[in-house]
Amino acid sequence: MDATDNRLITEIQSGFPVSERPYAEIGERLGISEDEVLERLRAIKQSGEIRRMGASFDSRKLGYSSTLCAARVPPEKLEATVKIINSYINVTHNYERDHEYNVWFTVIAPSRERIAGILGEIEAAAGIDPIINLPATRLFKIQVDLPVIDGGGGR
Amino acid sequence: MSRSFSKQEMELVRQLQADIPLSPEPFAEIAAAVGMTVEEVLGKVREWTADGTIRRFGAMVRHQKLGYKANAMSAWDVPDERAEAVGETLAAAAEVSHCYQRPRADGWPYNLFAMIHGASPEECHRVADRLAAVVGISDYRLLFSTREFKKVSMSYFME
Repeated sequence: MDATDNRLITEIQSGFPVSERPYAEIGERLGISEDEVLERLRAIKQSGEIRRMGASFDSRKLGYSSTLCAARVPPEKLEATVKIINSYINVTHNYERDHEYNVWFTVIAPSRERIAGILGEIEAAAGIDPIINLPATRLFKIQVDLPVIDGGGGR
Repeated sequence: MSRSFSKQEMELVRQLQADIPLSPEPFAEIAAAVGMTVEEVLGKVREWTADGTIRRFGAMVRHQKLGYKANAMSAWDVPDERAEAVGETLAAAAEVSHCYQRPRADGWPYNLFAMIHGASPEECHRVADRLAAVVGISDYRLLFSTREFKKVSMSYFME
């Protein structure tokens, strides 16, 4: 990672051109060729600094509902429960946290009913206590980009 | 607000939420896959960006790799009538990336959530202490993630 790579990352985090030759446009901004932009991006993606390049959609605008859930999972059931939870395409984030509610995950689905259905399926399959379902009632801030040198959570 | 999407629009969503091609004309490739012209694709991307359907278009970076070492989920038990004002104050902090009000639940008395980012767990604690003093709420706790089990972008219209 050199200074040009850093500028490139900053540039494509929020200023990705919506045009026919986006990489050529980025190259013009940075004073490098389209080929060099593509070559550098391939290397940066390879290194894992960039997870994905594309669109982030607002789930509500697509008609989806989302929520944050927490489960109390005893150690002996943890591995199996995580496997069950992660098997859902609807679960995008799942973390172990230092609390009695030790497994925290987000669920995004076409309806509230489907979310309730998924949670019921997980409880039954994992044999765990009722999962708490905490859909946001007010959004104060959703910042996708943190100030750039550096660097989530679901809703 | 949500509206219905045509089959072609749903296919375009599926293409755009995947990794866009690292080739000179990525939108032309997407257009070919969806059966639209490149102008139509560019027009849709602009329209969806303007109306907020697309929240962001660009690269998603790995936060931990690029420097934020710690993040804490702070949870606050705030009297309901103060929740809005306190939520706005927490959200205004530069170290807070996400802030929501949520219902309380069995064994979970906290109704405000703020994700705090810092260089270390200690720094997250300092930020939370500072915010606690500002909002005058002492009943809060920080939950650090001890393991990441899953972190992916949502794939819509796949079921």
